[in-house]
Amino acid sequence: MRTPFTVRLFQSMPKTGWVALAIFALITWVGVPVAHVMLPDTHPLHMSAYIVSLLGKILCYMVVAVAMDLIWGYAGILSLGHGLFFALGGYAFGMYLMRQIGRDGSYGADLPDFMVFLDWKELPWYWAGSDNFVWAVFLAMALPGAVAFIFGWFAFRSRIKGVYFSIITQALTYAAMLLFFRNETGFGGNNGFTDFKRILGHDITSPEMRATLFALSAALLMGCLILGRYLVGSRFGRILTAIRDAESRVMFIGYNPLHYKLFIWTLSAVLCGLAGALYVPQVGIINPSEMSPANSIEIAVWAAVGGRGTLIGAVLGAGIVNLAKSYFTVTVPEYWPFFLGFLFIAVTLYLPDGVVGLWRKLMTRKAGDSAEAAPQPARAAAEGKTGEISDTATKGASA
Amino acid sequence: MSQITAPERVAANKLAEAENRREHWEGEATTGHVVTGELDLSHNVILYLDDITVSFDGFRALNKLSLTIDAGELRCIIGPNGAGKTTMMDVITGKTRPDSGKAFFGQTIDLTRMTEPEVAHAGIGRKFQKPTVFERHTVFENLELAMKTDKRVRNTLFASLFDDQRDKISEVMKQIRLDKAADRVAGLLSHGQKQWLEIGMLLMQDPKLLLLDEPVAGMTDDETERTAELFVSLAGKHSLMVVEHDMTFVEALGGKVTVLCEGSVLAEGDLATVQADPRVIEVYLGR
Repeated sequence: MRTPFTVRLFQSMPKTGWVALAIFALITWVGVPVAHVMLPDTHPLHMSAYIVSLLGKILCYMVVAVAMDLIWGYAGILSLGHGLFFALGGYAFGMYLMRQIGRDGSYGADLPDFMVFLDWKELPWYWAGSDNFVWAVFLAMALPGAVAFIFGWFAFRSRIKGVYFSIITQALTYAAMLLFFRNETGFGGNNGFTDFKRILGHDITSPEMRATLFALSAALLMGCLILGRYLVGSRFGRILTAIRDAESRVMFIGYNPLHYKLFIWTLSAVLCGLAGALYVPQVGIINPSEMSPANSIEIAVWAAVGGRGTLIGAVLGAGIVNLAKSYFTVTVPEYWPFFLGFLFIAVTLYLPDGVVGLWRKLMTRKAGDSAEAAPQPARAAAEGKTGEISDTATKGASA
Repeated sequence: MSQITAPERVAANKLAEAENRREHWEGEATTGHVVTGELDLSHNVILYLDDITVSFDGFRALNKLSLTIDAGELRCIIGPNGAGKTTMMDVITGKTRPDSGKAFFGQTIDLTRMTEPEVAHAGIGRKFQKPTVFERHTVFENLELAMKTDKRVRNTLFASLFDDQRDKISEVMKQIRLDKAADRVAGLLSHGQKQWLEIGMLLMQDPKLLLLDEPVAGMTDDETERTAELFVSLAGKHSLMVVEHDMTFVEALGGKVTVLCEGSVLAEGDLATVQADPRVIEVYLGR
């Protein structure tokens, strides 16, 4: 008998994982909204608008990191252009936010301010339907998905791999950035979109709206983790890792890697798009700098710091790096790039499996101390072994 | 029939339907666009290579190579390094396109127009010279991935194992003597065991024709002997093409031997005849 789908979905994550998710849901859906909306400013547990927005923003980054881990950690495809999909989702939803401003802009016109400034008389054709919320959400997924699908189709069909693929993705996001910088493109040039007023007619700056966006971001993250866990635990996931480790073998046993890569690549882009759509109303601005190559590289750093191929590592990595970034850019902004560079080197040299890898190593050592360890961590040992190999490889490359 | 109650009949029908649905994919190519059609063995020939030439930058890796393999045959291919053995396998499996010549699987399936996964689906399994198993996956998972089934994304997203598929995996694990290592990560296996696992992965695909490139390299004498036994037992039901340097192994297999040299067939016959051929002695065995 086959195990029913729901049971397999449930089994794809260990019990502790579900418990952790439940606690996380309680905090983000009840705790934070109550602390932000209900408690008065003077209450010691009150959370300020700054903190809620910052955490909401980081939740969106965590979603992107999970999407990155799905393709890099599991399928072995390093994208250095994932910021593009994130930004496209942001722009797609940003168009809706611009339309929601209505006549409350500086010029009091029907058109968004930047179009009035450019002396445009009507909306370009691709803005059609942008005042519809459902269309905007659809577009935030479909646009990055379509771009990823078309790009992936050509790249994977030509069997472009490894560093060549990474460089092309980098070029792609850079080209898109240059395109979006142009006023004529119709997305506000280098100022992008800002000054948002409403979502679905509700004030975007109200605490209730902020708490809602925060809770939605948390929901998206949890959804991504459940979906990701299921995918990597399925036969599909085993084929992905098989493609990562020995692609030609996968072909000779009858799978077409193109379809597998294309599926996970497009899915990853769609998740980034959704994250971008939730990010923009929380930070209140989207401009082409989101597409800058540095942003995309940072996404890869999050996944690497946390530990590739673990999903939870990506979440931790995005959290750690971004909290550190918020701290550094407030206290000593000029040192942030150096810290980021140091982090990347340190992780490559000393923590090839990231924070999660370090944690596992400590745990196995502890288990080895307390009892004569065991056939059970054989898998971890094998993974450690290959980790070391990739470690020396990177050492060799950097030397 | 009249004794069967209505609910029982409904249940039986449902079961039959489910079976039908499962059977459905087996008849058709499942990765791609080319429908490969049935393997036609009406002339008792499973592989037919005719006048194949492959050049790399002017070097003729295969030079008007012609070779046929009968259905159920166990054929050994020997030849000095650079004779074109691996290139020939590349041509058969769709990895390399020949500059000229024909390659047919059975009477109707044109291998020169197919991609690697399509060739695999048509029923040709390949074992590489260097054992390539999925090192991070367990023995069981390696066999599961190789299993003959619907290999499209849509199916693998929701697939789980049927009981008979589980049984098939256990059976193959016994055949390759890895049944005690089902949950062991393949990267931790010995070289010989990896070779066996890869052979097991071939068996899971249930191919009509197996291409085996130096399958006993790095095996102990005992393992080599057992591999020979396994191959001999497979012949008849499957057709095998074995590339090997180990003459004891070739002798143990006991089939027809083809000697390749500089990209074409130099001699063909049983091992004793071939070994007695002066041309063969000159280019290969005599050294």
